[in-house]
Amino acid sequence: MSVATLSPRGETTVRIVAPVTVGLLVLGIWQFLVTVVGVSDYLLPSPASIVEELVAFWPSIVSATVITGTNALIGLVVGTVLGVGLAALAARWRAVDDMSAPIVAALAVIPIVALAPVLNSMFGADSQFGRQAIAALASFVPVFINTLRGFRQTLPVHRDLMRAYAASGGQVFRTVTLPTALPFVLTGIRIASSLAVISALVAEYFGGPRGGLGGLISTSAASSAYARAWAYVVASIALGLLFYLVTLGIERLVLRRIPTGGAR
Amino acid sequence: MSTAPTTTAAVRVTGVDKTFETRSGVVHALQGIDLEVAAGEFVSLIGPSGCGKSTLMRLIADLDEPTAGTVEVNGTSAAQARKDQAYGIAFQQAGLLPWRTVAANVALPMELHGPSGAARRERVADLLEMVGLSDFADRYPDQLSGGMQQRVAIARSLAEKPSILLMDEPFGALDEMTREKMQTDLVRICAETGAAVAFVTHSIPEAVFLSDRVVVMSPRPGRIQEIVPIEVGADAARDDHLREESVFFEHVTAVREALHGGSAASTARGVETR
Repeated sequence: MSVATLSPRGETTVRIVAPVTVGLLVLGIWQFLVTVVGVSDYLLPSPASIVEELVAFWPSIVSATVITGTNALIGLVVGTVLGVGLAALAARWRAVDDMSAPIVAALAVIPIVALAPVLNSMFGADSQFGRQAIAALASFVPVFINTLRGFRQTLPVHRDLMRAYAASGGQVFRTVTLPTALPFVLTGIRIASSLAVISALVAEYFGGPRGGLGGLISTSAASSAYARAWAYVVASIALGLLFYLVTLGIERLVLRRIPTGGAR
Repeated sequence: MSTAPTTTAAVRVTGVDKTFETRSGVVHALQGIDLEVAAGEFVSLIGPSGCGKSTLMRLIADLDEPTAGTVEVNGTSAAQARKDQAYGIAFQQAGLLPWRTVAANVALPMELHGPSGAARRERVADLLEMVGLSDFADRYPDQLSGGMQQRVAIARSLAEKPSILLMDEPFGALDEMTREKMQTDLVRICAETGAAVAFVTHSIPEAVFLSDRVVVMSPRPGRIQEIVPIEVGADAARDDHLREESVFFEHVTAVREALHGGSAASTARGVETR
């Protein structure tokens, strides 16, 4: 079968059908291994039993997803605001850039989730604040780095033009610098969205209030309810995908409305 | 030269030097430049690459500052003229904002300072009419050809009815046919607006076709070699017929000789010393 000779429509069909087929095949083999070959439920719960748990614990799964999702969202928003704001300052004043560069580099290399126990004890074990702070820190780094790069993409001809117009700093920022940087900002947010979910979720493994997806995964696994733990994992995957797809959608939408097509 | 001229020149450049500090030493981009552009006059700056013609234009636009000498625009300093928006400017790159429509690009200078609302919309419509792009108001720059983009840039430079237009090789990236069309359009637009124009180019026929005077520059250091007045006669209009007139070719020859005069002489001296 040659994909190259297919019509564009056929190609789209293949693009959708192929991964779905692979997914179903994997699930089939998985179910087969557990029910027919007899891999123990303890090692690998069957897809059917995971779905059963998903249905049985649906209200708990939904509330856990909302808790973790809220933490991730607050973190993403705060991290984005901080990232864009600090990048704007760093782009404007060289000194801010020099001062912030080592801090950002440090944030970029340390596993931010490792701060979870520390932040938990700092802000109390009954607060979601530590998790939100971790999600914010994790989101901050890619947003800052991408935005700062975006702020430096302004074309010399645009800079000359704005100078010839005697435009104020604010006007230059609004009409040229920010629109030029926008695709970079959005890419940063898209990358940060996945990190925010992962950080908010993993931070729950290190104590603090229960009820989020991460907390329930570890509780279920600790009480040998493996199928239930897997059901929460499925919900986590769905949450991560949701964040990614929403930010990707925003990126596509904005970039289609605002063609940025190359340097001119 | 009187300090209080009775008629204010559009541009007056007096004793201007410009040097750039580079890692390999000091580069003399311009030396001892004196130039005056009268109100409504079309003056071209022509010369080989590196003769400082674009640098001179940037000094007039106050995008750079001279190392020595003064630049006056409309009787004020270049910096004040820039703040007053005394000139419109167009570069070799159209420099349109790709996320704005054609109409929004033309409206940009008026958004920064100038009329708003209906007056702005009317002006944009007039300008697009003038450059023949009324049907493209809602397109984005990447949907236009290079020539059309440059026309948008020219419309934008005229947005605030400047009495001076500064143009740095605006047709440099266009093909010959588009270029001639744009030159004819520019002559018409200048006649309509009465603006003085300082026009950087490296095309001799372009300079002759457009200008009242052609300033021939020589490189390293950038100097004014000769100023060639272009007199096509009172009755000869600057239209496509002019390109085929003998007076046109005479002036092309005059500018070419002025351009090559400097280098020819130095080659001759070089031969002599050998």
